[in-house]
Amino acid sequence: MTAAVPLVDYLVLGDDPHLVAHQCLQCGARYFDHRNACAGCGATSFERAQVARTGTLKTFTIVNFAMPGIPVPFVAGVVDCDGTSVRGNVINVEPSTDHIRTGMKLRLATYSMGQDGDGVEAIGFGFEPV
Amino acid sequence: MASDDIYILGITMTKFGKHPTLDVLDLASEATLGALADGGVSIHDVGIIAAGNLSGMGTGLGQDVQKQVGQTGIPVYNVANACATGATALRTVMMALKAGECEIGLALGAEKLSGAGMLGLAETASEATWTPKGRFGAVAPLDGRIGTASMPGVFAQVGLEYGHRYGGVSFELFARISEKNHANSTLNPLAAYTKPMTVEQIMAEPMMAYPNTRAMCSANCDGAAAAVLTTGERLKSMSSEQQRRAVKVSASVLTTDPWEEGCQVLPNINTLTRNAATQAYEQAGVGPEDLGLIELHDCFATAELVHYDNLMLCPQGGAVDFFESGASLRQGRSPVNVSGGLESKGHPIAATGIANIWEICHHLRGEAGPRQIPDATVGLAHVIGLGSTCGVHILEKSAA
Repeated sequence: MTAAVPLVDYLVLGDDPHLVAHQCLQCGARYFDHRNACAGCGATSFERAQVARTGTLKTFTIVNFAMPGIPVPFVAGVVDCDGTSVRGNVINVEPSTDHIRTGMKLRLATYSMGQDGDGVEAIGFGFEPV
Repeated sequence: MASDDIYILGITMTKFGKHPTLDVLDLASEATLGALADGGVSIHDVGIIAAGNLSGMGTGLGQDVQKQVGQTGIPVYNVANACATGATALRTVMMALKAGECEIGLALGAEKLSGAGMLGLAETASEATWTPKGRFGAVAPLDGRIGTASMPGVFAQVGLEYGHRYGGVSFELFARISEKNHANSTLNPLAAYTKPMTVEQIMAEPMMAYPNTRAMCSANCDGAAAAVLTTGERLKSMSSEQQRRAVKVSASVLTTDPWEEGCQVLPNINTLTRNAATQAYEQAGVGPEDLGLIELHDCFATAELVHYDNLMLCPQGGAVDFFESGASLRQGRSPVNVSGGLESKGHPIAATGIANIWEICHHLRGEAGPRQIPDATVGLAHVIGLGSTCGVHILEKSAA
């Protein structure tokens, strides 16, 4: 089996891929980056919280210009996963307004980003239509 | 005039656009000397300078301008707050005057941005091995893989999020907002672009990030703006002409975004703008219905729509109806971006927060020529710098 690493540390791989957030123990605010303290209440204790794997598309854009190596057009958006806003691309769908609309139901999906020189495969994530 | 009020005594913006033969110091000096002359004072009268420049001087713009127009030994504050830098410079000077440190101050912003391309994208070299790095433990650059950080894309999502919440938005609606601003710029000789564009032309422009086409994006360009501020006390000793042309700063507010769910996922440019507007109306003792004109931060057509709502020019959720009613047209009840806005006048970032105040002053002084808004007595200038900072200034025609 090929060794695999997630694109970001908040993507948990395995049989049941999902996202985890740092959740503030005091106010419940959720974050995806490494934290020093809570921007909502100032507390410094966090627990790991699993983020719902399905959600609705709150907003999106179809991007036509990007860095080299990023295929365009692609759909960038924000998904409301049961109250937690998650940034991600909408994948496995034609990037056109005929197929993308706010309010559509989406679920987390992973994909291979290829292998590095050591044969390690990186796994990215996006959201695909349900 | 009350002694503790603050007035704009002199203010200038350069022509925005491409200035191949001028560097940022030429532009900044032109604006500075213009603002001093407009206010009838000299650099020797100035007690403080606050200056902004984001496009890479390396050293402080304020001191570099002093070396061109007068090294008088006064304190200089070089400030940076993204697209709110100009408003931050102005507010820095205001705070010094309010604190009694001096009686006359200069705020300045200048930029060389022609041909800068799309802002917000930074290329990172790919690695031979996947190595987690940074605050997300990422093994590859995230922009384009996990959403977008490009400005047209971020603000596109801001506009479509508003549509998701309240309905009524469409590609064509945003194009029509852009059409309004491009039409307005035909009356502004200092705008970077002064040609009208039809809705069809705007929609046929290259699509940057749906629904923002190139014509719906702020124009990177060169330009500078500067303002000379003084206290009401000092103004009393000045000429009747200076008193007549002085414009009162009846509100000056800077806010940042308070934490809300999702605000670190997609920048929330709404709450901090609404907070700034609320404070500004309170400070000035005026309401949105009193504004003769509004210059708001249309960095993208999608942004203009949400700011109708954030600045409370319409009931909450009513921005589409507000635009459809014609209220934001130059002949409407709340004219918005009669200068042409960032989409057509241009957006030399650090200059923008002063240039939009210049536009308001120009009308309040009755000096705006063919684009004059008749009988304008109060106006509002708004900027957003992502990160975020919001600056709102309310200006009032001098009673003198």
